Amino acid sequence: MMDIGNKITRVTATAIVAGLTLIAGTAGAIAAGDAESPESQNWAFNGVFGKFDKASIQRGLQVYIENCSACHSLEQLAYRNLFDLGFNIDEVKEIAAQYEVTDGPDEFGDMFERPAIPSDRFVLPFPNENAARASNNGAFPPDFSVLAKAHPSGPDFIYAILTGFKDEPPEGVELAEGMNYNPFFAGGQIAMAPPLFEDGIEYTDGTAATVQQQAWDVTNFLQWAAEPEMEDRKRIGWKVVLFLLVLSGLLYAAKRQTWARLH
Amino acid sequence: MSAHTQPSGSSGNGLVKWIDSRLPVFTYLQKEYGEFPAPRNFNYWWNFGAILTFMLVLMIFTGIFLAMQYTPHVDLAFDSVERIMRDVNYGWLLRYMHANGATFFFIAVYIHIFRGLYYGSYKNPRELLWIFGVVILVLMMATAFMGYVLPWGQLSLWGATVITNLFSAIPLVGDAVVTWLWGGFVVDNPTLNRFFSLHFLLPFVIFGVVVLHVIALHVTGSNNPLGIDPKGPQDTIPFHPYYTAKDSFGLAIWVTLFAAVVFFAPNFFGEPENYLKANPLVTPAEIVPEWYFLPFFAILRSVDFNVWFIDAKLGGVIAMFGSILLLFVVPWLDRSKVRSARFRPIYKWFFWILILDCFLLGFVGAHSPADQVFDGVEGLLFIDLGHVGTAWYFIHFLVLLPVLGMVEKPKPLPTSIAEPVLGGGQAATGAAAKPMEKA
Repeated sequence: MMDIGNKITRVTATAIVAGLTLIAGTAGAIAAGDAESPESQNWAFNGVFGKFDKASIQRGLQVYIENCSACHSLEQLAYRNLFDLGFNIDEVKEIAAQYEVTDGPDEFGDMFERPAIPSDRFVLPFPNENAARASNNGAFPPDFSVLAKAHPSGPDFIYAILTGFKDEPPEGVELAEGMNYNPFFAGGQIAMAPPLFEDGIEYTDGTAATVQQQAWDVTNFLQWAAEPEMEDRKRIGWKVVLFLLVLSGLLYAAKRQTWARLH
Repeated sequence: MSAHTQPSGSSGNGLVKWIDSRLPVFTYLQKEYGEFPAPRNFNYWWNFGAILTFMLVLMIFTGIFLAMQYTPHVDLAFDSVERIMRDVNYGWLLRYMHANGATFFFIAVYIHIFRGLYYGSYKNPRELLWIFGVVILVLMMATAFMGYVLPWGQLSLWGATVITNLFSAIPLVGDAVVTWLWGGFVVDNPTLNRFFSLHFLLPFVIFGVVVLHVIALHVTGSNNPLGIDPKGPQDTIPFHPYYTAKDSFGLAIWVTLFAAVVFFAPNFFGEPENYLKANPLVTPAEIVPEWYFLPFFAILRSVDFNVWFIDAKLGGVIAMFGSILLLFVVPWLDRSKVRSARFRPIYKWFFWILILDCFLLGFVGAHSPADQVFDGVEGLLFIDLGHVGTAWYFIHFLVLLPVLGMVEKPKPLPTSIAEPVLGGGQAATGAAAKPMEKA
């Protein structure tokens, strides 16, 4: 009878795992639509032991500030979050102070402009969606805060988009007015022009600013921005899982001993 | 044994006695969770009652703390969830436990239900116990659906729109019902507000029905893998310490799996698109519900034809709700007197086919009906699989269950639970165990 139980357990477990894999896999396939699927990259944050590559993320912040932040907001983050990347208080203050925020009302009831401080959220490039569309040929540049979690391929998708632009669309593809060809984007047409250029920025740490390097760094930055808790989560996760495994072992021994009284 | 039959009310300390003589909680606990006689042959599939209780309590606790930080307003909901993830101490842990808790709650409840279907736990005298269970399932689905709306991502908004629109299929009053559900003419702030209110309320209703479920269980006693009634004290053991020990172990394994997902793959079961803020002007390419609704979603979409005066939309809605409500009458659809599938050579196979059918429907639910199942294989579309899967689901319950009860010849039942377990000292031991091994 034990055998039957075990067999059922095995069969069912296999069925459940297979089923879930199937569902998860297919869900991914749907969202990708008719776009080319991005190649998986070997990110530092991948896997259960994955960690953030802080140097790359810091460079990615520079790419974001100099290249992306003119159009893309990062509304869920505050400048103080940059402490997590290893910046000190003066550096964070300096980054924040480049931006003006509206504060107030003052004692006369008037709103006023002042430089941003670390507790302010990342200043938005546009006051609202309509303003963003007006400046971008009708397209709305998405917010970057959780972009890395908003696509089934997440960071691989972002990297593929940034490095996947083609100057000329393939034979038979008619680009709409103001659109650019990118096989990784749904429909192959994206309103964003190629945003990164060889040596388009000068890295403060002297790294050669190839398009791939910039794409790599800003993707690392966006992954951090989307889940800044990741390192804590995995570190605590190991403690919790190991504790639970030991606890399960002890409880199994306790169960065995208890049930031994019956026979 | 006798050590377990002593109610603590008469042996505890003074305070316990004082309370117990006025409100016999200790006597009750001792009777229902201490000495409660349970069949001695439960396998690990019987762990899921305890696991589900744990999941419900976990969901209520994490939910209460999330509600302290969440803002039910269309302009603020998404941001308040991100605030929880970033600025609330261990807010990410609370939210990931709650979101994945729903997934694990449903995995557990589906296993629990299929356990009941395999071992015939719904049969006389446990019909009402089963019905309370189905009520819990329906309440869980409503709660989960409304909970998914709260983060106000793209799929929150559009999922809510699709599902509430189902009610517009009701003849004559449909549109009025939908407007009433929404509190307006589209899914908007009033809808979000009421969903939050109901999402907070329903878990406590579930808790109440769980109490009824457990009370009913303790009247009839538990079913067991053999599906035969305990014949005397040799067939049962006190719930504590035997099943408290076994449940604790099973629960620890379950929580380990849960923790692995929460800490290492917290978005595995979620739809990425729900990390995009709800936008009433942009319809997602594909609106898919959470995985635990996919089989029902497939049934909904598989009715793509009119039947007499019932159009496809109403037909799909009837089929979807019917597929759930059907479970209420399973105790009367199944005409077999034998409970456990171990002794039902034909039903056993159809049980596993039903499991496969549910996975098939889940697979279909995750795809657009008009898509090809295999690239390059013309003609086989997901809607075709959906037709087959849906038809089989109803055939299983409405045709096979009643017919099998009449035509199937069950295997001989063992004379008692203790006999195969303890060896019994009779020649029957080997003989009784053998045929079951094939089962």
